[in-house]
Amino acid sequence: MKLFEFEAKNVFSKYGIPVPKGAVVSSAADVKEIASPVAVKAQVLVGGRGKAGGIKFATNPGEAKKAVGDIIGMSIKGYKVRQALIEEKLDVGKEIYISFMIDRAARAPLLMASTMGGVDIESVPDKDILKIHIPPLIGMQPFIIRELRRKLGLEKALADQVADIAQRMFKMFKAEDAELVEINPLVITKDGRVVAGDAKVTIDDNAMYRHKEYARVEQDLTPLEKEAKDKGIAFIQLDGDIGVIANGAGLTMATLDTLNKKGGKGGTFLDLGGTDDPEKVKEAFELLMKANPKVILMNIFGGITKCDTVAIGVKEALEAQPAKVPVVARIRGLHEEEAKKILKDAGMVPVDTMEEAAEEAVRLRGK
Amino acid sequence: MAVLLDENSKVLVQGITGHQGQFHTKAMMDYGTKVVAGTSPGKAGEKVNGVPVFDAVAEAVAATKADTSIIFVPAPFTKDAVVESIEAGIRLVVIITERVPFHDCLDIMPYARAKNVAIIGPNTPGIISPGRAKCGIMPSHIFKRGSVGVISRSGTLTYEVVAAMTAAGMGQSTCMGSGGDPIIGTNFVEALELFEEDKQTEKIVLVGEIGGTAEEEAARYIEGNVTKKVAAYVAGLTAPPEKRMGHAGAIIQRGMGTAESKIKAFEKVGVKVAKYPSDIARLL
Repeated sequence: MKLFEFEAKNVFSKYGIPVPKGAVVSSAADVKEIASPVAVKAQVLVGGRGKAGGIKFATNPGEAKKAVGDIIGMSIKGYKVRQALIEEKLDVGKEIYISFMIDRAARAPLLMASTMGGVDIESVPDKDILKIHIPPLIGMQPFIIRELRRKLGLEKALADQVADIAQRMFKMFKAEDAELVEINPLVITKDGRVVAGDAKVTIDDNAMYRHKEYARVEQDLTPLEKEAKDKGIAFIQLDGDIGVIANGAGLTMATLDTLNKKGGKGGTFLDLGGTDDPEKVKEAFELLMKANPKVILMNIFGGITKCDTVAIGVKEALEAQPAKVPVVARIRGLHEEEAKKILKDAGMVPVDTMEEAAEEAVRLRGK
Repeated sequence: MAVLLDENSKVLVQGITGHQGQFHTKAMMDYGTKVVAGTSPGKAGEKVNGVPVFDAVAEAVAATKADTSIIFVPAPFTKDAVVESIEAGIRLVVIITERVPFHDCLDIMPYARAKNVAIIGPNTPGIISPGRAKCGIMPSHIFKRGSVGVISRSGTLTYEVVAAMTAAGMGQSTCMGSGGDPIIGTNFVEALELFEEDKQTEKIVLVGEIGGTAEEEAARYIEGNVTKKVAAYVAGLTAPPEKRMGHAGAIIQRGMGTAESKIKAFEKVGVKVAKYPSDIARLL
């Protein structure tokens, strides 16, 4: 789960990481007096808000109100801005980059730092980035901080502050079950303070049970995706018009890929997961229907559950709520002949292979 | 020979009294796996499908000489269960459980490695050496003993690939799911190492997907280290960026982990990449 900048900065404060003074507002009317000058920043979970006009500056309450009014309601990369963070404008001397993330390949936390802050870290040449793993079973060690100081080459007073911030970030990274804690830019002000200019924090969804304080709606979900999440169904809305439902993440992706290679485009990624619960199958189909597909393509590999059991669940789901669009069904596994008969009797188009299923779905869509 | 698991493996089921634990204990035993013990704190003395239940892993190991463990306990208790197994001297731990916190896995994996214990998973269907033993939840009937080693990041997609291989008369030495999470135990490179050494294995299949760099690392390893023929499939060519596609590990982040990059890496080192999952058998 990604945190908004203001939420991430609240967590920073808890760990003693310096952040600019600020407050979050959701309308121009919320703006009272300001300690001028200020920056007004759109709160969105996607990057590139600066270029999209999501950051403005103000020197008095009137300007701040106008900036908030302009920013709230604007759309950045398809996401509507609902809140803005008003905070003290920093007198920037220097900008650095610093982050902790999980390095999957190394199975260890990775510290990255660079003197080239304030830009996308992907655009910084590798030689200008310090990359150093934190031994997972041992944790932060002094040599890592020495490396950080050496790479950044700051004068002692500043280096001390950065070193302290880095250690607090790592503490937070572990204690909050974060996938990513990133400060870009970490601002060194002209008067020698070191302050988190921005904050990107992602908390591991799997660890949410021990961090109930983060329980809230994610902004980057469509209403249908939110409904699916509440029901515990893995569902993603895509921009095609063929509704894809399959079991297992890999098989669902492979079905979408196959559809694409046959000239179609998937409108949903719906991973049914376990297939032996008729209620869940029913819920999944209801959800799929709400996405208004022109054709439905179902691809089930029976696994341990027998195919006729799955087919009965699907049949009941469609009896409860008829599909109104053609359903191409491919089902493999034990008792698949019986399953095919059940699906055919229920008005679906049974096929044998994934490729055939994709071809048939594309053909029916074209009608 | 098969890898990691064979007919001599003595399996312990952690969480044996739960619904999944009971169901799969029977399924594994029906397949011929030697399931020798189970654990479930507070339930010592009970039996599941004739298998004795113990309170603690150390006790179970002392009584039955179990050397392999399969874990069905809920995610919040998984780290504890794995460490208990490692401390008791188990050599291979298969973690079926989904949604284990990443930071728990950051503790589990290096610890297991330091203790020289192999981990499979989490979020995996497990491991099967067809005709010998199964330590997992996969449907047994699609597998056939043979000479192809399979490692995959996915469950049902593996069944799809394997069923097509079996239908074409192509059996398997060992099939394992590396797991759908970002931090996993046995990965592609480690599996390749095992399959390269294994006498029964003649060819190798990798089933990858978007997210991370396991496929790219596998490609680098294959060049110069693997003499056996390798074929691959990569799922997620049409997956949008920054979305988790069902698996916690299946996500394109900051432009990294795309299917294109993985396919390119494989093709560069001469690994044939199947257009459709069913093509794998033909490519071999």
